[in-house]
Amino acid sequence: MVIFQNVSKIYNSNAHQSIALEDATFTINPKEFVSIVGKSGAGKSTIVKLLIGEERPSKGRVVFSSYDVNKLKHKDLPQLRRRIGVIFQDFRLLHNKTAFENVAFALEVAGRLEKDIKKFVPQALEMVGLKDKTSNFPKELSGGEKQRVAIARAMINHPDVIVADEPTGNLDPMNTWEIIKLLQKINELGTTIILATHNKDIINYLDHRVISLENGRITRDEEKGKYILM
Amino acid sequence: MLTTLFRIIKYGFLGFWRNGWLSTATLSIIVLALLVFEGLMIFNVLTKTALEAIQDKIDISVYFKIDTPEDDILQIKKSLESLAEVKSIEYISRDQALEIFRQRHADDPTIAQSLKELKENPLLASLNIKAHNPKDYVTIADYLDKTHSKIWFEKVTYAQNAVVIERLGKIIDTAEKGGFVLIVFLALIAVLVTFNTIRLAIYSSREEIGIMRLVGASNSFIRGPYVVEGIIYGLLAGVLSVIIAAPIVYFVSPYIKIFISEMNLWSYFTSNLIGILGYQLLLGVALGVISSTIAIRKYLRI
Repeated sequence: MVIFQNVSKIYNSNAHQSIALEDATFTINPKEFVSIVGKSGAGKSTIVKLLIGEERPSKGRVVFSSYDVNKLKHKDLPQLRRRIGVIFQDFRLLHNKTAFENVAFALEVAGRLEKDIKKFVPQALEMVGLKDKTSNFPKELSGGEKQRVAIARAMINHPDVIVADEPTGNLDPMNTWEIIKLLQKINELGTTIILATHNKDIINYLDHRVISLENGRITRDEEKGKYILM
Repeated sequence: MLTTLFRIIKYGFLGFWRNGWLSTATLSIIVLALLVFEGLMIFNVLTKTALEAIQDKIDISVYFKIDTPEDDILQIKKSLESLAEVKSIEYISRDQALEIFRQRHADDPTIAQSLKELKENPLLASLNIKAHNPKDYVTIADYLDKTHSKIWFEKVTYAQNAVVIERLGKIIDTAEKGGFVLIVFLALIAVLVTFNTIRLAIYSSREEIGIMRLVGASNSFIRGPYVVEGIIYGLLAGVLSVIIAAPIVYFVSPYIKIFISEMNLWSYFTSNLIGILGYQLLLGVALGVISSTIAIRKYLRI
């Protein structure tokens, strides 16, 4: 369960204000697959950053299951982040760790035992189709493969929610569809997916709930939404 | 808890190994810094020994007239010993003086011959006075000048050497102060260079640190491996700096001995090896750990 309640985010820089998000209110229920759409700079990434506590809202309240995100202390943020899997446009893999170690890292930070890691990490890598690339470093993987490592890392802790911020932005169409299908599969297994994207084809194909953003404001929130050009 | 500690140590070693070039570059800078420290340590010992050797050569000698009774000389010695400035007094009787003179010129048959021809011992009894501090000789000379036993004095060497002693005192003073300033200055440079190098190494992995935070790693879990890397840097650099210094000290040692005959640098180095190594390790580890901890702080705010 994710709740945004009248959330605004305003960046102040030398007497110059820029509004990233204005008075956003929505609720995302467990097991939903929600897309957040809008042009670059519409506020999609801001929503992601607010949810994982990378940024704090200027106004309003962000709630994730039992966490009041904007009231969490800095040292409690890791607890929250272990329950939300995040996938980024630029993959954000640890470049001096292998695919296996990148996925294992998410378990290690949670203090999981070595025998769990040996069991779960290969399973996750197999699910994303990278069984043969476990000991490759990110620089030896293609864009699509990197993103699949990132997905394996995001789902390894069995999070309640996976947030994907433009996960296909750097990928070719083939890989794009594979990533989207993976996300659908994870959603079918019971994980909430929040997908931020500006790819029209994906939205129209998914046929799920769509929240549209424009200049930091929510303009539409529809079940079975379509991407509408603004 | 134990698993986490194990993982932190493992990642510390992995990070050191996989960032090969960066680690080597950082390590060499720390080795250089530690060599500077080692040089300073040796420089300190050298100046100290040199200055002590010079100080030891300074003294005031009082020569007594030939007919001075020994009891009076010993009386004067006792009264001088009560002065706070006096470090030691050596009494050399006329017989001892002759003996010393003989030994010194044992190889010279002319002098030995002429000594034999003399019926009486021509040498004077003397007191060699050493002060704690070169500055104190003025006070002692003053005291000698005013004492009523002065009638027995044949000559007091201070009068002739006063200028030299005073100047030496000043030189020793300046050398000590200057040495200290130099040591502090160079040590500061070495610390700053090391800190900056480690800061750059961590700067290059700032994105990684951010990613770790976003994946849910706690600050201590992120910081741990970098601190372990700092410890590895310190230990390796400490050992390497001693290994590099050893042959240098070995070759320089004979040349140092020419200037300061009391100093055997090589034997000082070998007999204090454990101490030096310990110092270097401690310094290296402290530098590594403190620099990493400070440098990583600002990347952990995400």
